[in-house]
Amino acid sequence: MTQTTSVQQLVRGVLHGEKRAIAKTISIIENNEPEAQKIVSLIYPKTGRAHIVGITGPPGAGKSTLIEKLVKELRNRGKTVGIVAVDPTSPFSGGAFLGDRVRMQDLSMDAGVYIRSMATRNHPGGLAKATKDAARVLDASGKDVVVVETVGAGQSEVEVIKVAQTILVVLAPGMGDDIQAIKAGQMEIGDIFVVNKGDRENADKAVSDIQAMLELAPEKKGWKPTVIKTSALTGEGIADLLERIDEHAKHLKKGAHDERRKERVENELAEALTQKITESMMKELKQSREWKKLTEKILSREIDPYSAADRLLEKQLKNTRKH
Amino acid sequence: MSKSEKKIRVLIAKPGLDSHDRGAKVVARALRDAGMEVIYTGLRQTPEQIVETALQEDVDVIGLSILSGAHNTLFPKTMQLLKKKGLTDVVVFAGGIIPEEDVPKLKKIGIREVFGPGTTTSTLVQFVKKSVSKTK
Repeated sequence: MTQTTSVQQLVRGVLHGEKRAIAKTISIIENNEPEAQKIVSLIYPKTGRAHIVGITGPPGAGKSTLIEKLVKELRNRGKTVGIVAVDPTSPFSGGAFLGDRVRMQDLSMDAGVYIRSMATRNHPGGLAKATKDAARVLDASGKDVVVVETVGAGQSEVEVIKVAQTILVVLAPGMGDDIQAIKAGQMEIGDIFVVNKGDRENADKAVSDIQAMLELAPEKKGWKPTVIKTSALTGEGIADLLERIDEHAKHLKKGAHDERRKERVENELAEALTQKITESMMKELKQSREWKKLTEKILSREIDPYSAADRLLEKQLKNTRKH
Repeated sequence: MSKSEKKIRVLIAKPGLDSHDRGAKVVARALRDAGMEVIYTGLRQTPEQIVETALQEDVDVIGLSILSGAHNTLFPKTMQLLKKKGLTDVVVFAGGIIPEEDVPKLKKIGIREVFGPGTTTSTLVQFVKKSVSKTK
């Protein structure tokens, strides 16, 4: 495949919303193929139109089922939607069981909905590294809303703020102590809290418990997070939830968006740079004589690993200056 | 971006109306344990849904599981749609309850291999790995 022609063709396809192009592009990015960075550089200027909604929360809260209902309602309102559903990669086998589509079967034949299942591929934090760029591809392809569903365990809360503009924390009643269910970090990053499975009898208590906690929480730059009760089964609360999501989108447009976006952008630049520096430096250093010498010294306990690292860094910086 | 990390993506689908999915799930788990990413779409999939999913998820392989005897209508439909959507690179295999005498016909329409009950998971894993390396 001639590199330039294919990349241009793919990007053109993405911008026209062609499914095959979207599918291939996400794969290239996910697999970190040589064309990946070039593709992202061509797509990036065309992003920024879609509203990106992150959905996090513990497993079993009914996120996928809720997403199906939300998306159906969005479709009724004429919006096109992209969904990135993330599931964990097994740290032992490297494989993954991606079963979120089971709960979204009604959406699979809707031409206005694109669903991509992604595995975390052992990227820490419950989100795949490629999730951000997959969301960008869907944004560039013209989707009005992009929903990113996280794994819901570990620290996906922290990861999801790097990707999404509006963050929903979805909980279900009766999952142990409801207050405990809101882990440290979720309180701070949730823009909208959802108590799903609202048809259960302890749902109202869960809602009032969370409301009480939110009363104590500080306002986030003019936005007061609230809690909504939903039932993905009965459809209760779905319209309210969409209203709230819309309100948050409007709030972001008034300026809060720019601040949060700046933070996200600086984080991403730092991460990208760290990775490139590490990669290029580590390769060289690992093959150097100095590395071998210092390893021996650590083994014979002449020096500790941290001081050895200092020495290597010093040598590396001296070498860089010489050139 | 660091080094390339390709994974084999497999769609395990149950076309038609039969609701026995234990076999399909066993296969799905075995492939996952062999390091693959397995998209499982659940029961009662139409050929249209299966092909649409394969397209969006950019899968390398499709495994069709069927126990209802409807393979002679559903499989050709699926293969036709795959061709129509340009997904001719995707390797398709089948499993479940499919009589021996139907196998040659199915292979003719493009089903790479048919695995009956009693097939070991390691046979399946080997098959998938081998067939993907051929087309890539």
